Amino acid sequence: MTVPLPLVEQFQYGLDAPICLTWELTYACNLSCVHCLSSSGRRDPRELSTDECKAVIDELERMQVFYVNIGGGEPTVRSDFWELVDYATEHHVGVKFSTNGVKITPEVAARLAQSDYVDVQISLDGATAEVNDAVRGVGSYATALRAMQNLADAGFKGFKISVVVTRQNVGQLDAFAALADRFDAQLRITRLRPSGRGADVWDELHPTADQQRELYDWLVARGENVLTGDSFFHLAAFGDALPGLNLCGAGRVVCLIDPVGDVYACPFAIHENFLAGNVRHDGGFTRVWRESELFADLRRPQTGGACQSCSAFDACRGGCMAAKFFTGLPLDGPDPECVKGHGERALASVTGAPKSSLDHSHRTRLTLTARRPPVSACNDNPLAGFVPSGR
Amino acid sequence: MACAVSTEPPAPAFDLDAAWRLHEQVSIRPERFGALLYHFGNRRLSFLKSPRLLDAVRELDAAPSARVACARAGVPDAELATFRTALGTLAASQMIRERSAS
Repeated sequence: MTVPLPLVEQFQYGLDAPICLTWELTYACNLSCVHCLSSSGRRDPRELSTDECKAVIDELERMQVFYVNIGGGEPTVRSDFWELVDYATEHHVGVKFSTNGVKITPEVAARLAQSDYVDVQISLDGATAEVNDAVRGVGSYATALRAMQNLADAGFKGFKISVVVTRQNVGQLDAFAALADRFDAQLRITRLRPSGRGADVWDELHPTADQQRELYDWLVARGENVLTGDSFFHLAAFGDALPGLNLCGAGRVVCLIDPVGDVYACPFAIHENFLAGNVRHDGGFTRVWRESELFADLRRPQTGGACQSCSAFDACRGGCMAAKFFTGLPLDGPDPECVKGHGERALASVTGAPKSSLDHSHRTRLTLTARRPPVSACNDNPLAGFVPSGR
Repeated sequence: MACAVSTEPPAPAFDLDAAWRLHEQVSIRPERFGALLYHFGNRRLSFLKSPRLLDAVRELDAAPSARVACARAGVPDAELATFRTALGTLAASQMIRERSAS
């Protein structure tokens, strides 16, 4: 068998269809997580209709996209959500959807357990209510745990518990793994990005340099059955490569379709600079994927820029494009969390960072200072949980 | 990026003289470098790293043995060991299965 180029090299030049397609069905969400990568909250009135969504699924079937990662917002709040899931699986497009668990009742769980073509990912950002609810909102831990219990009771094995690793929860990795064992689920941990509202809390939430080392060591020692969405490849510069593609897949093997049909290079890059087209235009998604100038650009060999001379460049390949962009770093320079410390040094001279013009946040925001239970059951009260500064 | 690509475990010995078939829950997508395989049951992704390997996999169902499938795909003898390893990896991740003797 002749292998002209290693697979990673092949992928750099793009594929006829994405391997991993994230599709955010709605910007509507019942929660207001402080680090939401898509600044979700309120529904966009231009959201794709049921028929438009089905047309996208038809295209994905023709392109042989094996499965889509459906997210949001909270995708299950769309009234046609289950109809779209059924339509996708009937058309040979598997579905993995991310949810905060709000709609995963015992009945829904029983239905999900019967399908081989639907996978569920419950978002949880703390192994305890205290840590989780500080970023995802009061009551969100209980909601997620109830959903997990319902899935486990229905016999759904191997659903995913999806954790964004933060400074506050990195010490709970073993506890997350135990939680996954308890529900016969699989742990999935991914990297925090400074995207969407994540930019507002990045400085407080992203793991410290010591914690990154801790995380890397944990992944090497315990990570065998832990999914990472390939998102920690910047840590490969510590030494051994982590399992998976150690490569930024944006526009090459990965992309995002947002709720209004806009196609971005990656789920963490909702910004006009990374907008490749819209599925509503002539030629649909297929044309965007195969012909957009932006994607063609991303598929050209990239220069390492400032990183080129670094001994670790082959391992980390400069890290995450979105993380660089939204922290104001040049795309051909180091990742803000570069384990060699080059990112930190580069950040010292950054004066400003670009911000997405899209923001569907609820008008009442959850803030990181709101770490206490609300003064009333209704956390819509703007003063709920308010802790005066200086305490 | 929300992408989980599995890496394959080391392949055990693969019986070239047995009859094999593609798992019924596996879909194939041809690509310039070969193909992508996706298993809807265990949700794993595999890569066929050459078009000829794709040909060989496609021949499996109709061939009396994997050795014959490789021959029909035009695999040179010198490369048979490499193909055996690749097919073993696919068997280990249940992308292909041995056909029962019946």
